[in-house]
Amino acid sequence: MSDVPEHLLRRSAERRAALGGDPAGAAPPAGDDAGAAGADDGEKIPAHLLQRSTTGAATATATKTAPAPAATAVATAPAPVAKGPEGHTQRLLTVVKAGSIQDVKATPTDKVHVWPHLLVGEFVASLAMTAFLLVFSAVVNAPFLAAANFNFTPNPSKAPWYFLGLQELLTMFHPMVAGVTIPGMGIFGLMLVPYTDRNPSNHPEDRKLAIAIMTLFLMFWAVLVIIGCFFRGPGFNFTFPWRDGVFFDL
Amino acid sequence: MAKRLTTDKDGNGSNGHRPSFPEKLAEVGEKMRGSQAWASIFRPGSIFRKGYTDSPRNRSYVVMNSLIYHLHPVKVKRHAVKVSYTLCLGGLSFFLFLILTVTGIFLMFFYRPTEVQAWADIRTLETSVTFGLLVRNMHRWGAHLMVITVFLHMARVFYHGAYKPPREFNWVIGVILLTLTLLLSFTGYLLPWDQLALWAVTVGTNMIGYTPVFGSQVRFVLLGGVEISTETLLRWYVLHVLLFPFIIVIFMAIHFWRVRKDGGISGPL
Repeated sequence: MSDVPEHLLRRSAERRAALGGDPAGAAPPAGDDAGAAGADDGEKIPAHLLQRSTTGAATATATKTAPAPAATAVATAPAPVAKGPEGHTQRLLTVVKAGSIQDVKATPTDKVHVWPHLLVGEFVASLAMTAFLLVFSAVVNAPFLAAANFNFTPNPSKAPWYFLGLQELLTMFHPMVAGVTIPGMGIFGLMLVPYTDRNPSNHPEDRKLAIAIMTLFLMFWAVLVIIGCFFRGPGFNFTFPWRDGVFFDL
Repeated sequence: MAKRLTTDKDGNGSNGHRPSFPEKLAEVGEKMRGSQAWASIFRPGSIFRKGYTDSPRNRSYVVMNSLIYHLHPVKVKRHAVKVSYTLCLGGLSFFLFLILTVTGIFLMFFYRPTEVQAWADIRTLETSVTFGLLVRNMHRWGAHLMVITVFLHMARVFYHGAYKPPREFNWVIGVILLTLTLLLSFTGYLLPWDQLALWAVTVGTNMIGYTPVFGSQVRFVLLGGVEISTETLLRWYVLHVLLFPFIIVIFMAIHFWRVRKDGGISGPL
């Protein structure tokens, strides 16, 4: 009872005193009481529990008259808690087993603080990248050719380097296959990788097939891009860069 | 604390000792750090309130009290900080994106996406704008580098089997990010409006035209007409500086968030 607010306790005491002064109110018919309580608190307390409670109160009234005012006071006062049959102020809603809500991992893992261990590394990496980019940009100028001219097509005309693999395929397949079907299937196939590779292990020795396929896939594109960049000259014909020079701008 | 110092100073003053400049400075600093404005800016536990001494508590506060660092958890698995595991590739891709954003904003001040002005604007940028050439070079090389780091990051993730449950969906997000990176780079390719830009984009968009069913419609929308023109330049400019960055930031946010939700980075092998 310690957490019942004081003003409610006071109101309850006043009510009890008032009822104690009026003997007619002190012993109301049990049936009336149950009906009233059922209508008031029907949403809070299940009807069968209330029924049990009032029966218990009624039997108690039959033996001693003292507990009766208490039961009535609870039913009439708008207290947030109602007493159960044994004087309980709580209800059991459900029993939840430990672990069904929280997944408690008891295994301790070896962890380090992000500051300084990770942040220092990231800071150094970003500094090194900035320095590299700054120095490289200071030394090597980005290509800037003559203004765009619709009447003069450079020979060869090349796509950006990351699309040169596709342009290379264009020499072998119909444009729809080379430009749309193969790259589309490539992207889609990459997205499906985690759903097709059902092997749960991430040890390289357990995933030889997956590694072989991916390496072939990556090397396929790398080789095509390198050929497209360095081994294609005028007319997109095959050349050797050391013989005819490089026909390639980044 | 500040009050005690003040009374000390008064006591010393009556003795004839005038506070030296460093003492005055320290007192002003103390007052400033005690002020409501200072306390409202720096959250409880910030190193700017009480200084930094190396303790587990302060190490946690460094991460928790910074918006940027807060992308990280307070602690990570020990193997996760090894450079040899990640090669920093994902982080460097993000860092290059930041560099590209900053240099790109700089370039936007000097560039007008029209057929008449674009090429001349770049030439003016390179010849007459302070650091113009350097910043354009950084933007160009940074873009190529980002394509490479994103690609290598994907390869690294694959070879570590890091796409396996529970990280399948983050791999899909990653493939989308790779595609968006290529699209960002490709849309930027046209903007200098030189011969290289024009004909590289001609080759690229001709391929798009071969998409079955709606190929010519897609090409028409992308070019703003049947062939490359000033309309194309405007469209690709908006795609490059606004639409694709907007989309890629959303996907990057999901990507980083999922890294943490899926239990930090993968491994160890």
